[in-house]
Amino acid sequence: MIPANEVRRGKNVDTITLTIDGSELNAEPGQTIIQVAEANGIEIPRLCHDPRLTPTGACRLCLVEIEGQRGLHTACTRVAEPGMDVRTSTNEIRETRKTIIELLLSEHDPRCTTCDKDGDCLLQDYAYEYQIDETRFPSIPTHAGANYTAGNSAMRYDAAKCVRCMRCVKICAEVQGVEALTLRDRAGSVAVTTGFDTPLYDSPCEVCGQCVSACPTAALYETAAAGQGKAKDLVKTRTTCPYCGVGCQLDLNVNVATGRIVRVTSSPGVVPNDGNACVKGRFGMDFVGKEDRLTQPLIKEDGAFRTATWDEALDLVATRFTEMKKQHGPDALAGLSSAKTTNEDNYVMQKLVRAVFGTNNVDHCARLCHASTVAGLARAFGSGAMTNSIEELRRTPLVFVIGSNTTECHPVIGILIRQAVAAGDTTLVVADPRKISLTDIACCHLRHRPGTDVTLINAMIHAIIEEGLEDKAFIEERTEDFEAVREAVAECSPEEAAKITGVDADDIRRAACLYAQAPSASIVYSMGITQHSTGTDNVLSLANLAMVTGNVGKECAGVNPLRGQNNVQGACDLGALPNVYSGYQKVDDPDIHAKFEKAWNAKLDDKAGLTVVEIMNAAAQKQVRGLYIMGENPMISDPDINHVREALEALDFLVVQDIFLTETAELADVVLPARSFAEKDGTFTNTERRVQRVRQAVAPPGDARDDWSIVCDVATRMGYAMSYKDASAIQDEIAALTPIYGGITYDRIADVGLQWPCPDSGHPGTQFLHEGAFKRGKGKFHPVRFLPPKEMPDDEYPFVLTTGRLLQHWHTGTMTRRCEVLDDLVPHGTLELNPADAEKLDVAPGSTVSVRSRRGRITLPANVTERVGPGTVFLTFHFKEHPANALTIAALDPIAKIPEFKVCAVRIEKVG
Amino acid sequence: MSCACEIDMSLAGGVLDSMEEKRRGEGRSVTTQDLIPLLQEVQAAYGYLPPPVLVWISEQTGIPTSRMYGVITFYSQFYLEPHGRHTIRCCQGTACHVKGSKRIGEAIKQELDIEEGGTTDDMRYTFEAVACLGTCFLAPVIMIDNDYYGQLTSNKIPAILASYD
Ligand code: SF4
Ligand code: SF4
Ligand code: SF4
Ligand code: FES
Ligand code: FES
Repeated sequence: MIPANEVRRGKNVDTITLTIDGSELNAEPGQTIIQVAEANGIEIPRLCHDPRLTPTGACRLCLVEIEGQRGLHTACTRVAEPGMDVRTSTNEIRETRKTIIELLLSEHDPRCTTCDKDGDCLLQDYAYEYQIDETRFPSIPTHAGANYTAGNSAMRYDAAKCVRCMRCVKICAEVQGVEALTLRDRAGSVAVTTGFDTPLYDSPCEVCGQCVSACPTAALYETAAAGQGKAKDLVKTRTTCPYCGVGCQLDLNVNVATGRIVRVTSSPGVVPNDGNACVKGRFGMDFVGKEDRLTQPLIKEDGAFRTATWDEALDLVATRFTEMKKQHGPDALAGLSSAKTTNEDNYVMQKLVRAVFGTNNVDHCARLCHASTVAGLARAFGSGAMTNSIEELRRTPLVFVIGSNTTECHPVIGILIRQAVAAGDTTLVVADPRKISLTDIACCHLRHRPGTDVTLINAMIHAIIEEGLEDKAFIEERTEDFEAVREAVAECSPEEAAKITGVDADDIRRAACLYAQAPSASIVYSMGITQHSTGTDNVLSLANLAMVTGNVGKECAGVNPLRGQNNVQGACDLGALPNVYSGYQKVDDPDIHAKFEKAWNAKLDDKAGLTVVEIMNAAAQKQVRGLYIMGENPMISDPDINHVREALEALDFLVVQDIFLTETAELADVVLPARSFAEKDGTFTNTERRVQRVRQAVAPPGDARDDWSIVCDVATRMGYAMSYKDASAIQDEIAALTPIYGGITYDRIADVGLQWPCPDSGHPGTQFLHEGAFKRGKGKFHPVRFLPPKEMPDDEYPFVLTTGRLLQHWHTGTMTRRCEVLDDLVPHGTLELNPADAEKLDVAPGSTVSVRSRRGRITLPANVTERVGPGTVFLTFHFKEHPANALTIAALDPIAKIPEFKVCAVRIEKVG
Repeated sequence: MSCACEIDMSLAGGVLDSMEEKRRGEGRSVTTQDLIPLLQEVQAAYGYLPPPVLVWISEQTGIPTSRMYGVITFYSQFYLEPHGRHTIRCCQGTACHVKGSKRIGEAIKQELDIEEGGTTDDMRYTFEAVACLGTCFLAPVIMIDNDYYGQLTSNKIPAILASYD
């Protein structure tokens, strides 16, 4: 069911008063009549109006009368004025609306009997409400014409059901910022199409499906949903998207009879996505119902899996772990938790490792993406999370995006930035070695060499100090150790930096001034900053930049790491890290240690455990012997996967708990089938620290079980009784032990999630951090100096390889590669190669190349493109057929232990 | 859609350059606001609007092809296929029909050896049948470019057609 978490748009200013249908109502200046009516529960019919779009005034269904003014007026375009007296439903209005609907239906193919939208179509609703006469006007056949969706796996357009309301065209332009669509022709033959009727997938379309979601009829509909159940038979369950850290609120539309997710919708007004979603959220759910989901526990015998009962599998797991602990000590065991599973799952997993295994050897893939954020921002500010909220990015005067391909990796945040720039509300500065979609709209693109971020930022700080643009009061009152940074950047003039970064000194100065002079400025960054052997330094230098200019601790100004996985923020928050319990409470703090020993009634280890890559190394050396992996796939995601394989094979006992038999699960001794996000209750915490509900929409396949409940059973069978009534009960234990989650209960987050810190049940959550004072007291400057990446190109390996992601796929591809639309859009990876390099190597676009590093070799097709600069090549890591991480280096940041995914040296050769 | 390799892109380059220069004078660049004049000039240069040229212009200016296509298909003055130097519009409205517009159309087709909607091989004429031209008192009527010819008989056709080059 959908909770009513529709938020009001706009801010409070002086209100005006007007009357609608006899009630006196308050309105904000600038609101249209339809908006005022809607906010007060008065329903005015509409086809072309969508709260996310500028008014169109095309359908004329929203006609109203205004006292003292002649004729009828469209409520969607007419701005409310003080004292207006509006009537929305007189006889004259109703007659006119009836005629309009009759005319629309004469151009419509009214086969509601076979229509998928039956039960959720505005035209049908109004036709019924106004009891129209279907035969009053002769039916006019619509022109067929070329159809831009022919053969399309995502969506199809049916001109005969189109009411030409323009919603699709406008949402594509105004919200998505793509402008793939238009109306073709005039009068009777008008139809929606792309430029020159180009097939949709060949057009600029991003396949976000926003157009489908905005369509009031069935004219645009998901191809795969056709025939899978009529709208009136679908049950909607609101939940949180399982892909990226934006945490879009989605409604899974389930056909109860078949138990399948038929389509995914959302609702304008929801936080944080306002009804929007990206291609993965909209078209990436078919993995849930795939036949190859794990349905039964598997035990490996003589090198092959056989199915087993839960009892058998759990006993084996508990016995083996207990034996190993006895024989080799607690530190011979380790657990990998998961940024894909819920907060509750993560909490229970780290509790198992700490209280039952007796070690702090628990970590998860955050190590691979934002460990340097957690380490760096905690040192500088005292808290390693996004300082501001997603919504603030829509109105931040200057946004500095560095090392984040936002449009592809956090798509709904990407469109927010695009909208802000298009509306002229935001100036955008981008620093990225590649050309990305945001560089097209940036006022300044700093294209620095991979791995030279510290130099670039230091030079910006240098320029800011040189121009006297630093915020002296802020530095004085709110920070410490500024002098050390002043000294460190003194030698790093933009001219010097130009030599290292390859960016023009004037551009560095310009970007620095834009940033420093903006009324408020936010830094947005992601793995381009963190995934380096200098990741923590990179993060520290961004914190320096923000503090020098006083751009932190207030609205629309801060340092904002975009977290990758749907619940990587939550997995960190809940203590799936080797040095902290939930809420970043340190394991080596005696008070905290005592508190958890008491609460859990167990003896706990007070020294930090091993990180992901360290666990692999320890496994290879037989120091770690038993490993429990929940929902992670290091065989694709970790650096240098040949080494990962050796490590996993060296283990005495490996348990993998997942929803599919992943590349990692294949190496396991026992495989435990888990429920997917669509089959469970719980919470995810998105990148803006918002704890949001996950709700069960479909039944799990076979015997698959909740992750937390499997973990509880393992604990219990190892002699430590653990059980919870449901996920909500786990959240209550979390709240009791975790100050930042102290006020979070399922009841409070039923409609809109809460942002931590939320210490008690009366606290409204925290929109932005460090107001007035930093979490750690004063903000601490850290001098950082440039260190080159660990492996630089040389004669033998002359190219810099940098890795990243694609819009259409997710992480190790376990989910998205099984989704029809997504795999159809991008069925394999490519190597991005600059045209100049392609020419030198005699590589034709699309031809196969081999990429070799000191650690491995893969072959795949070349994509010759200006997106990468000369000397640099780019790969995504989603594809098991040519895994990028066969090549990457496990060189670690000394503080955060994050591997250097973004830079290694490779050789490219033409194949055949 | 015709193949890009047969099209002389330099014409489009010229159109765009001169428009960009004008806009620079006004302190801005060529944007979607300039779409209609831009299309008119491209059509003047090529005689029609070759889609590959428009795709190229879209890449240069950032004006989406969807916008272009919407505008082009909305206004009857724009052509996406090669078009004759002159356009003959032969009225098929009720008044003209009654006064024998059919015979006039036949005469044109015969004289130029083309079909309705077609263009002569020498690119001199494109022939279109249209609805009422709004000058029914002159029926039957044809229009060549901006000139009206009314109260026609088929024997007047050859001479009229011969007067355009
Ligand atoms: S799917 Fe998205 S990008 Fe593509 S046409 Fe629809 S709204 Fe535009
Ligand atoms: S396809 Fe749907 S949204 Fe688009 S114009 Fe037609 S009815 Fe409106
Ligand atoms: S933007 Fe992220 S959270 Fe939103 S639908 Fe896409 S993957 Fe899901
Ligand atoms: S809703 Fe107002 S004209 Fe369509
Ligand atoms: S019918 Fe031909 S001009 Fe009106």
